[in-house]
Amino acid sequence: MEKKKLVVIGNGMAPGRMLEYLFEKDRDAYDVTIFNAEPRVNYNRLMLSPVLSGEKAYEDIITHGDDWYGENGVTLHKSAKVSEIDRTAKTVTAENGVSAHYDKLVIATGSNPFIIPLPGKDLDGVLTYRDLDDVEKMLEAAKGGGRAVVIGGGLLGLEAAAGLKMQGMDVTVLHLMPTLMERQLDPAAGFLLEEEFKRRGIEVRTKANSHEILDDGSGRVKGIRLDDGTEIDASIIVMAVGIRPSSDLAKSVSLDVGRGVQVGDDMRTNDPDIYALGECVEHRGMCYGLVAPLYEMAEVIADNLLGGTAEYTGSVTATKLKVTGVDLYSAGDFAEGEDREEIVLRDAAAGVYKRLVLKDNRIIGAVLYGETADGPWFFDLLKKQSDVSEMRETLIFGQAYQGGAPLDPTAAVAALPDDAEICGCNGVCKGKIVNAITEKGLTSLDDVRAHTKASASCGTCTGLVEQLMQVTLGDAYNPAAVTPMCGCTHLGHSEVRRLIKSKQLKTIPAVMQELEWTSSGGCAKCRPALNYYLVSDWPDEYADDYQSRFINERVHANIQKDGTYSVVPRMWGGMTSSKELRAIADVVDKFNIPAVKCTGGQRIDMLGIKKEDLPAVWADLGKAGFVSGQAYAKGLRTVKTCVGSDWCRFGTQDSTGLGIKIEKFMWGSWTPAKLKLAVSGCPRNCAEATCKDIGIICVDSGYEIHFAGAAGLDIKGTEVLGLVRTEEEALEHVVALTQMYREQGHYLERIYKWAKRIGYDEIRSQIMDDEDKRKAFFDRFVFSQKFAQVDPWSERVSGKDKHEFKPMAILQAEAAE
Amino acid sequence: MNAETRNWVAIGDLADIPREGARVVKTDRGCIAVFRTVDDEVFALDDRCPHKGGPLSQGIVHGSSVTCPLHNWVFDLATGLARGADEGSVPVTAARVENGKVLLAADDLARRAG
Ligand code: SRM
Ligand SMILES: Cc1cc2nc3c(=O)[nH]c(=O)nc-3n(C[C@H](O)[C@H](O)[C@H](O)COP(=O)(O)OP(=O)(O)OC[C@H]3O[C@@H](n4cnc5c(N)ncnc54)[C@H](O)[C@@H]3O)c2cc1C
Ligand code: SF4
Ligand code: FES
Repeated sequence: MEKKKLVVIGNGMAPGRMLEYLFEKDRDAYDVTIFNAEPRVNYNRLMLSPVLSGEKAYEDIITHGDDWYGENGVTLHKSAKVSEIDRTAKTVTAENGVSAHYDKLVIATGSNPFIIPLPGKDLDGVLTYRDLDDVEKMLEAAKGGGRAVVIGGGLLGLEAAAGLKMQGMDVTVLHLMPTLMERQLDPAAGFLLEEEFKRRGIEVRTKANSHEILDDGSGRVKGIRLDDGTEIDASIIVMAVGIRPSSDLAKSVSLDVGRGVQVGDDMRTNDPDIYALGECVEHRGMCYGLVAPLYEMAEVIADNLLGGTAEYTGSVTATKLKVTGVDLYSAGDFAEGEDREEIVLRDAAAGVYKRLVLKDNRIIGAVLYGETADGPWFFDLLKKQSDVSEMRETLIFGQAYQGGAPLDPTAAVAALPDDAEICGCNGVCKGKIVNAITEKGLTSLDDVRAHTKASASCGTCTGLVEQLMQVTLGDAYNPAAVTPMCGCTHLGHSEVRRLIKSKQLKTIPAVMQELEWTSSGGCAKCRPALNYYLVSDWPDEYADDYQSRFINERVHANIQKDGTYSVVPRMWGGMTSSKELRAIADVVDKFNIPAVKCTGGQRIDMLGIKKEDLPAVWADLGKAGFVSGQAYAKGLRTVKTCVGSDWCRFGTQDSTGLGIKIEKFMWGSWTPAKLKLAVSGCPRNCAEATCKDIGIICVDSGYEIHFAGAAGLDIKGTEVLGLVRTEEEALEHVVALTQMYREQGHYLERIYKWAKRIGYDEIRSQIMDDEDKRKAFFDRFVFSQKFAQVDPWSERVSGKDKHEFKPMAILQAEAAE
Repeated sequence: MNAETRNWVAIGDLADIPREGARVVKTDRGCIAVFRTVDDEVFALDDRCPHKGGPLSQGIVHGSSVTCPLHNWVFDLATGLARGADEGSVPVTAARVENGKVLLAADDLARRAG
């Protein structure tokens, strides 16, 4: 039987979730096609603010990447805005001409930012805050500096203001009402919030009514005039004054539309084959602008699509503001009224304000500022309409004070009932998380996120989830899922790498300052790591800091136990010649080198050389055409080969030639840890390619690429990356894989550990299946080689760092007398 | 003895030592490592780690410490004492900078010789 066709218009957070529910229950019920006006995959819109502030990168907030669509057989049309629905023929058509037939249609067009119809609203530099394009425009504008005026002191406006400030702009917030976030906060909390923003150097003007946006004469914004005549200079204006459900498309085909697309409790519109979902919906007269209710709708639709009868009956919502360092939580209704009582707690010194509004001994509203840990607990009491008269006296102090001695936060979490909601965005309760942890044996926060969605949206309940893991797993839980890089920081390698990119940090002191290193000059663990990350991320801009390199990489030889050095020249692919061997023999004699050895990497090691002699040894080796073998580098070491089709009766391809080609292409590159390759001419595998970081096994039909092997501290056979046909392809794949590792690996993390951490399939899909990604990795590697492929030995023979090799002074005994 | 009344031996220019780096001064009694910190302070220690003789001049200099290149013991440059869990100390030679010249204390050098 042919599968039924499900078409979704809009690729936002709500349909993303709906499809997950759907596939969880029945992966094969529908052929799914999605139209997205945005030119990209699905991402976590809530996290745009951390992207704006530089605390996260776009890559970090993707919820469904290209591979997800591939794996689930979902067709995603990007940059395809649907402009027509034909309800009779059951087709939808996008502006770009792409069309699709549906059996069931889900309209999930989200909402549009409201634009105040001011004169000048169409000028260049007037922005809204809704999607990644908006964030990119703001970031672009922030580079030019100047002042940003944000119109609207609600959730979005304040997150935008805080982000733009962190990007270095001067910021003014204009708010029509007397206090900020008046829909979620009472005036007292609004005031505290305003003070906090002012303390951060953000100007806040309340009761400010905009009159006109001013033109600089060329069609660009130059400022804004208020009703009272005040003029404020601005290089950008961000309008964040509210949203309107995006319902025009539905209206154009005669679906019932009020403020939003009207649906019943089964989430169907007045056309039984068309559902509406998300912010574009109007349900029982309500439109929602937060994700929690949308996820509930998503679950109902998934059920209905599979013939179920689930119903959506509306939601109560709670709000948090995601500005780092501001703790704010509000839920329910907190207007004053005769039939209402309130409980207030203020602690001015600590900047804490809490207020609960009660009616008939039940919480109907809560506002928390400065300390919000009890928010979910209050919200739980509110939703369940629990009678609180028993704990009236101590209620405001929070859950820890209920009954007996105050609990520490972990004990308080332990005391929560199983149905207490932990993650508001995703409606995940404690019992569900605990079950997932125990049944599936989850041990890391990422696992819990993946399995339960808890803390996967706005992230503010992360602390609670961690405490819950602590309670459930006891000592088995190691919160150092993020192990700090070293004692100088609490950040792990991944965060540091991410922040270096997102905050554009380009020197070691800049990293230490911006990421709040706790030591003044780092230590021998973090400095080499930072130096590598900067070399790898900014190959053309960063000046390698030699003082942050381990001695071997500073003097380009391996230090030995007695303080002498060993020297290993490159022998490309393990091939050598009488001329090379003669040159080595001469050097050994001339400098009295005590030991000469064949290494495990198919080349020759000269051991026991005095440091002062190194430049002269290199000069002689250089004359014979040798360059450094980088036997000391966290970089490309050896490419071992076997004799291959040139000589061997079993050889299928020129393994020696390919190994040499790869080594010549890749030498000089720095990598997170050392990188060793091998190419074997047939599956007999004499070059031991299947225990290397990257290995190639030649076969009749081409080249089988392997990766993630180990044969040092750990022993592990390689994984297969894939089979390619030509030498050129083999080179391209190997190089792209290396670059991916260079960009993501933690310092000192060999390929096999990195690959395990991020997943073999992920690597295969990016390198084997995604040609654009592969080419982009390849190109970035080639670019960085421009700066890396310089023989360090010849540089030093010509005088670079000569201080390294000579004593500063020689003191005779008399001098010291 | 304070700085003024001590005898000092000039060993070269401050600029000869890289910031967060070190140079070696050879003496009859083994090498001395002369370190320069990021804020241009100089310190001199025997170039011999008390653990297994590693050349401290080849280590990474961070803050006012150096990490030995062989097995990562960390030493305080001012006192020569091992930091953290390791126990041991390296003889210190007083060092200072004057008019861009690096000076070592003659009597410390003499004591080493003796
Ligand atoms: C010279 C050589 C031994 C030999 O005489 O054959 C050697 C010598 C050293 N190896 Fe090795 N390894 C040598 C091949 C290997 C191999 C075999 C290979 O490359 O095919 C391995 C196993 C494969 C691998 O890399 O995992 C190997 C696994 C290690 C390890 C364990 C790495 C791991 O992550 O498991 C270390 C320790 C480390 O890197 O932290 C190490 C570290 C070292 C060091 C650098 C120890 C040190 O930190 O001082 C030795 C330096 C001696 C010197 O000055 O030359 N060496 N070492 C080989 C040089 C190869 C070359 O031509 O560049
Ligand atoms: C900066 C910011 C911060 C936020 N913070 C929070 C928060 O902390 N907590 C919270 O609960 N909520 C927050 N929200 C709100 C939350 O993001 C939304 O409620 C949620 O994303 C709405 O999901 P949706 O799927 O309905 O619509 P959207 O996620 O808006 O997706 C709609 C998609 O449909 C596309 N589209 C529209 N028309 C068409 C068409 N005709 N054809 C094809 N595609 C179309 C749009 O381009 C868009 O990609 C925030 C929103 C923003 C912008
Ligand atoms: S196995 Fe490698 S690290 Fe160990 S002693 Fe031999 S050369 Fe050194
Ligand atoms: S020799 Fe210095 S730490 Fe071992």
